[in-house]
Amino acid sequence: MTSSESGRFRRVGEQDRPRLVFSIDGQPAEGCKGDTLLVAMLTQIRHLRSSEFGDGDRAGFCLMGACQDCWVWTDTGERLRACTTPLAAGMCIATKAPEQAWPTLA
Amino acid sequence: MADPRIVPDPRIVIVGAGPAGVRAAETLVAAGVRPIVIDEGGRDGGQIYRRQPEGFRRSYASLYGSEAGRAEDLHRSFEALRDRIDYRPETLAWGIWEKQLHLLQGSRTSEVDFDALIIASGATDRLMPVRGWNRAGVYSLGAAQLALKSQASAIGSRVVFMGSGPLLYLVAAQYSKAGAKVAAVLDTSSFWLRVKALPRLIARPDVLLKGLALTWKLRRARTEIETGITPVEIEGQPETGVETIRFRTNKGQERTVACDAVALGYHLRPEAQLADLARCEFRFDVQTRQFFPVKDTDGRSSVAGIYLAGDGALTLGADAAEASGHLAALAVLTDLGRQVATRDVGRLRRRLRAFERFRRGIADAFPWPASAAAAFSEDTVVCRCENITAGELRAAVTTGSVELNHAKAFSRVGMGRCQGRYCGHAAAEVIAASAGVSIETVGRIRGQPPVKPFVIGAESDAKEGA
Repeated sequence: MTSSESGRFRRVGEQDRPRLVFSIDGQPAEGCKGDTLLVAMLTQIRHLRSSEFGDGDRAGFCLMGACQDCWVWTDTGERLRACTTPLAAGMCIATKAPEQAWPTLA
Repeated sequence: MADPRIVPDPRIVIVGAGPAGVRAAETLVAAGVRPIVIDEGGRDGGQIYRRQPEGFRRSYASLYGSEAGRAEDLHRSFEALRDRIDYRPETLAWGIWEKQLHLLQGSRTSEVDFDALIIASGATDRLMPVRGWNRAGVYSLGAAQLALKSQASAIGSRVVFMGSGPLLYLVAAQYSKAGAKVAAVLDTSSFWLRVKALPRLIARPDVLLKGLALTWKLRRARTEIETGITPVEIEGQPETGVETIRFRTNKGQERTVACDAVALGYHLRPEAQLADLARCEFRFDVQTRQFFPVKDTDGRSSVAGIYLAGDGALTLGADAAEASGHLAALAVLTDLGRQVATRDVGRLRRRLRAFERFRRGIADAFPWPASAAAAFSEDTVVCRCENITAGELRAAVTTGSVELNHAKAFSRVGMGRCQGRYCGHAAAEVIAASAGVSIETVGRIRGQPPVKPFVIGAESDAKEGA
């Protein structure tokens, strides 16, 4: 099985665009120029993050910036809304919130 | 002597660059005004005429089908305006305080003062939860369409379309045409209701015919279409997401369809948070069991200087949004003491009346399935942001929460990251059924600033127009 068959989304056109290399949780991944981060990730893997309320993995919901279900993180801890963020070459994306995102309350 | 009402250089702000916002801007520019156009999108067109990214090559005809001409015309109109408006893409209007709009662009906040504000904020999908709708692979119907239209992707390999309304058939037909596998179209409304609604639907014969053609195309592609169904559950695993959908047919038999994605939706609901923050009055619509901001025919809200246009005020669709954007801008100009052509106003008002009649017909033909909420099992997730069940919400009702915002405070339903956009209407139904009160008295989730979450610590710019 190629990587494109293991994802959730299926490309049905516009497949001759330049390829962009990025990474998901340290694993190399490939998307196309013009992809949103959400589409680039979900053509490779089957989720974007896990629900912090314990009901399993999430893969986005509204795709128009309204539900906020598609939050992912960069390796520097920046939070991105995957459905409205264009894919850029070299992005290092994490599907889990980095620990340092939580401030110390002490 | 100059008319004292005439404001010499009015500052007019439009929120939204979809069909309503673009036509409003065009009308103002034609009157010699340079409006500020704030839009959250990176490009104009809104959601319905969302543009594909640069480098994509699909034609207007393949992207927008029968609406290709309208989409292209709207995009061209906006291009012609670019030098004559203050256009601010990728900018979120997140709050209103009196005559000041609060903005966020990237990580920078700023404020802009206005004499008149036209809110053309568009709509999002109206959702009725079903057990398992929080699983990965369940998307809103609008999401399924956007994946295809703006990203040339299908949300899965075997997609079930479930819900009700014309968009259900439109998106399923677009998937089928694009070569994506449509596993089934499951409509909660019965075929008979559509026949009964014909006298109202005939208000827009062209749209009615397009709708019939869609159904015919789906049937010709041997797509399974079930009407009058009752959703039971979207089944699957927490780790892998959707695997099957379970429903009852109109004859009461339980069935399952294998799928890896579900597109779910029951019409649209206005994104009316900004109108709410501007303290506009809302009215209850008995037929569709939801609240809309009050506006007059031309788009004046209950608050002076605040105008409402497009689906963000009343979900009449894209064609009506163009007309109402045009009309709202004419109302702004009139109220600022400018002369406007009364012939245009009369023509646009007549068009909007036909659109409203059609909307009522659609609501009769494809009703909101209110009774589903009363039937939710205790463990059905109502709020998918925070995994809160119908049982937890009903427990809040038992301890005295019979108003939606009160129940939100005690159950957290509607308090999550979507701010009640997707659970609010269903939560109101759960409360109404559980408490035995009318849905109108349960109320609506109040808008809160910021209307979308952003990272605290965003830098502040100096205020403009001070």
